[in-house]
Amino acid sequence: MIVDFRLPHLGDNIHSADVIKVLVKEGDIINADEVVVEIETDKATVEIPSDVSGIVKKVYVKNGQKANVGEPLVAIEVSSSQLASPSTSRSGLAVSSEKEEVGKEKESEIRNKKSEGELVVEPAVNNQSLITSNRPLITENEQSSIPSPIDLIHHLPKIITVPKNISKVVVPAAPSVRRFAREIGVDISLVRGSGTNGRISIEDVKTYAKNLNEKIQQGAFSSGGIGVVKESLPDFSKWGEIERQPMSNIRRKTAEHLSYSWSTVPHVTQFDKADITELENLRKQFGKKIIEAGGKLTVTAILLKVIASAFKVFPQFNTSVDVDKSEIIFKKFINVGVAVDTDRGLLVPVIRNVDKKNIIQLSIELQEVSKKARNKKLSLEEMQGGCFTISNLGGIGGTYFTPIVNSPEVAILGVSKSSYEPVYINEKFEPRLIMPLSLSYDHRIIDGADGIRFLRWVVNALENPFLLSLEG
Amino acid sequence: MMSTKTQLAIIGGGPGGYAAAFLAADLGMQVTLTDMKKNPGGVCTWEGCIPSKALLHISKLITEAEDAKKWGVEFGEPKIDLNKLRDFKNGIVNKLTGGLGQVAKLRKVNFIQGKASFVNSNTLLINKSDGTTEEIVFEKAIIATGSTPAKVPGLSIESLRVMDSTSALELNDIPKRLLVIGGGYIGLELSTVYAALGSKVTIVEMLPGILPGADRDLVAVLEKRVKAMMQNIFVETKVVELKETKEGIQVKLEGKNVTEPVQTFDKVLISVGRKPITNGLGLEKTKVKINDKGFITVDKTLRTDDQNIYAIGDVVGNPMLAHKASAEGKVAVEAILGHKIVFEPNAIPAVVFTDPELAWTGLSETEAREKGIKVEVAKFPWGASGRATTLDRNDGMTKLIIEPETERILGVGIVGVGAGDMIAEGTLAIEMGAVVKDLELTIHPHPTLSETMMAAAEVFYGRATDMYRPKRK
Repeated sequence: MIVDFRLPHLGDNIHSADVIKVLVKEGDIINADEVVVEIETDKATVEIPSDVSGIVKKVYVKNGQKANVGEPLVAIEVSSSQLASPSTSRSGLAVSSEKEEVGKEKESEIRNKKSEGELVVEPAVNNQSLITSNRPLITENEQSSIPSPIDLIHHLPKIITVPKNISKVVVPAAPSVRRFAREIGVDISLVRGSGTNGRISIEDVKTYAKNLNEKIQQGAFSSGGIGVVKESLPDFSKWGEIERQPMSNIRRKTAEHLSYSWSTVPHVTQFDKADITELENLRKQFGKKIIEAGGKLTVTAILLKVIASAFKVFPQFNTSVDVDKSEIIFKKFINVGVAVDTDRGLLVPVIRNVDKKNIIQLSIELQEVSKKARNKKLSLEEMQGGCFTISNLGGIGGTYFTPIVNSPEVAILGVSKSSYEPVYINEKFEPRLIMPLSLSYDHRIIDGADGIRFLRWVVNALENPFLLSLEG
Repeated sequence: MMSTKTQLAIIGGGPGGYAAAFLAADLGMQVTLTDMKKNPGGVCTWEGCIPSKALLHISKLITEAEDAKKWGVEFGEPKIDLNKLRDFKNGIVNKLTGGLGQVAKLRKVNFIQGKASFVNSNTLLINKSDGTTEEIVFEKAIIATGSTPAKVPGLSIESLRVMDSTSALELNDIPKRLLVIGGGYIGLELSTVYAALGSKVTIVEMLPGILPGADRDLVAVLEKRVKAMMQNIFVETKVVELKETKEGIQVKLEGKNVTEPVQTFDKVLISVGRKPITNGLGLEKTKVKINDKGFITVDKTLRTDDQNIYAIGDVVGNPMLAHKASAEGKVAVEAILGHKIVFEPNAIPAVVFTDPELAWTGLSETEAREKGIKVEVAKFPWGASGRATTLDRNDGMTKLIIEPETERILGVGIVGVGAGDMIAEGTLAIEMGAVVKDLELTIHPHPTLSETMMAAAEVFYGRATDMYRPKRK
């Protein structure tokens, strides 16, 4: 007969526990009272012993998994010879009477606790609720009869509570130190005290916070992510000559920032292509006028306008995520950053209030900031406050790429080199100028369907500029 | 109907409520404090800790005067003017509660006498003691309604002869024969008062010992003197019936050492614990939740399931102690102001103001055993204390509960005169994460009872100056 051994009731308000260690595997022969799993609740580490002897047929849980009270942990085959022989039916009786004693013990404990509680009027519900706890052991035979509450007590496995290290429960730090740690957001139980027998001082908390900070920063750009164990570099000189150069500030900041974005933003990149043959004609047609005004009509300048219009249709793209508060911040302004390749590295000047400017104004401004970026004239302020970024690599080449979202923005548009492709129109192939687009977005905020809807809208706007005035 | 807006409304003016109100006012909040009494103070000041301590002071004086005979000083038999004694006690209560009322005014706390109940999560309705009603619209509220004496189901009969702790402290008369049901701290303190004033007191406790929960070795010291004061202490005994007769209250007892199951007493005091007050507060109109023990559920910042409402003190759980309520009140106020703060004491002291006093803080030996926490215990009996000897009160003991590996002090238990004041040092030691060595190396003044703390630490290392007891190893 196979029985399921379930996670017993562990106390008031404890509905689940973490399985720390499964101590049996399939095929193991176990005895009653042998520990099956070690679990951890908020309060203690508890060893859960089996209630019956037999062979482990199936292990339902794994190390590190969460188990709910009443959930089966393992299936145990109670040996058939035991069941069959008459002597075992006696031993079966013996077992049940032993269990009865356990139950009685529990009951008396309950009574005891209850009357003790008279003083403070808090019946020890922990023990009391054992009566109504989930039945840890259900056999096919027993299922037919409905057990009385007293029966349930008999089937409770003995629970051995191993308290967590007491010094963890009662942290050796003065109240002022504990409060300081809480204020700066440090979990004091993780701080190692330097005082007598591990007493924690304010200095210890500060040192811990400082180290933590440094670890995060180091981890951020050398191994590419927070919480990732840093790998040490091999000795490259073993294989040939090397030269070490210090990172420039821009390089370091770029590394840190992009590592942060990469490791905190779940990225999806959506590709699409836009037929810009007509747009290119318009661009040539009006290009001269804009040069006269002091700008240059580039695809990027037009895209600025397109994005500003798309934001009105898709406001979820103009947001940031506040993880701590579980809130989404919607922005009522539209500033768009444009990635500029300089000899010192990547810079992203931000064009403000894009929606309030026409394409001529945007062209002029874009040319100015690009120039400023290349001449090291860009102020920090001019690179802040962006809602979205455009990265146009079309001048260099390539088809598609996967840009990294410029956090805390939630999306970035990558533009690649346009080229003539045969497009099947009106039953024949026509040479059309096709521009590849790559949209990366923060999947926490933006669903896949909205991602492609946004990109389709951008493509349509490029193909039918009238859409800008119609919908945008 | 009058309607007032307030930033913080506090229901209940006990040590939790007024501590919270005063701190909030000091931190710049606009505070409304409501209570049914005419001044803040709560059960503690009006009908609990304070009046009982005044009476226990008198009872100690009476017993010491009796003891003085042994030392060659004899006073006459004490003559008790009950009216004057009551006035003395009431004077203390009025002085303290009046003082709290003054302090509330000075801090510009709007104190309203009346019964408050929630209309919704932002509004309170107060039925004021002057018969009018007032609506208070609050941003945040703190429930600090406290607790009330518990009743024994089936034993509550309506009679002036049956008292609870509140009526016992009114001190209407000194009954010849008094039965105290419940050998907890309230029962024992009031038994001490009445016994000293001349009542023949019988204590009945359902459990195997008085002061359940406290360590037995400490209780044993206290029991010796208490037993001598009382007519009888019946443990493992139940009162199964109360009946009012012409002579008094006829009581039926059931227990193994009861020789006379039916006895008559002039008065009966029921002190079987306290229960939280949540009825009539209109909590059903808020999101506040109550657990199966009747306490309001709160998180570590003392916030209830309702965003705007916090709860502190007896109404949120044990231990039901004034100083716990005050500490919680202060945490709640800071949490309301957005400070990163939680209620996380490492030790809450508890004091039984009998003679001798019994006090403990942090982990008790009993609790350590129940939870399977490995500890070492160092005890210093007061027989070896110079100061205790000069007082002729060697009936005392100081003990430390120690974490064996780090030698940190996890708990302190003291029985003896002045234990209540001494326990503070133990609480500080635990909160500061002190180790036994710290106590041993801290110079304590001689000759005082506080030296016993240092001496207990020396016992741990097997080298107490005043006592020869080598460490077992």
